[in-house]
Amino acid sequence: MSLRTPLARALHHGTARYGVGHWLIQRVTAGALAPLAIWLVIALLSLPGADYPTVITWIAAGWNPVLLALTVLIAAWHAWLGVQVVIEDYVHGFLPKTIALLSSVFVHVLLAASGVYAVLRIALRSAG
Amino acid sequence: MAERPLSPHITVYRWAYTMTLSILHRVTGVASAVTLLGFVLWLVSASLGADAYAAILPLLISVPCKALLALAVAALIYHFCNGLRHLAWDMGWGFERADARRSAALVVVATVIAAAVCCYFIFRLGAGAA
Repeated sequence: MSLRTPLARALHHGTARYGVGHWLIQRVTAGALAPLAIWLVIALLSLPGADYPTVITWIAAGWNPVLLALTVLIAAWHAWLGVQVVIEDYVHGFLPKTIALLSSVFVHVLLAASGVYAVLRIALRSAG
Repeated sequence: MAERPLSPHITVYRWAYTMTLSILHRVTGVASAVTLLGFVLWLVSASLGADAYAAILPLLISVPCKALLALAVAALIYHFCNGLRHLAWDMGWGFERADARRSAALVVVATVIAAAVCCYFIFRLGAGAA
């Protein structure tokens, strides 16, 4: 038995039946990011320098392109979910909230796409 | 949208330091999203070739940028450590008040130590590459 009124249902008030998936994906991406973040920070800090040849060689070396692409992709996914919750909690009013949420989606997808593209470009150029 | 009454929340509770850690998790999370933006910009500039990368390298290894990087890494480390705490809670572990306070202290200590080590490497890095 539902206590919700037919009007509330018609107006789409109440649960969207979406929260558990969001919660779960945030945890799964967090679990995936944990080892990737440790790898990335240690790898970057142990680079001998930040000059072009060093950086390019490291990005293209071995499995680094795969791990880098995964890191950018999963980090963007995790950040999108987190920023979404922050916007939902702190940005008020339908229009500002909608604009902020949509901008956040676009920015995070753009980040993921450009990050993966940059890594592939460096890796494939070095391979070819 | 109708104005709904809001029950009093943060203004009615006595402050506890675990609350600071809670809001810091959000702050450092958003900060890490900005760090991701910087990281992707770095990858893109490297993918554009030697000239494009040479243009941003002086900025990258400047002292203000290194200080910013140190802050970004410290924020990421905090979010990482406190994130593990959240994952432990999600598995039902550590909910007792004493446990939550102990794990909070552990997060702060771990963050300070790991961030200090990273800061050492950040300020050493590029010293010979400039």
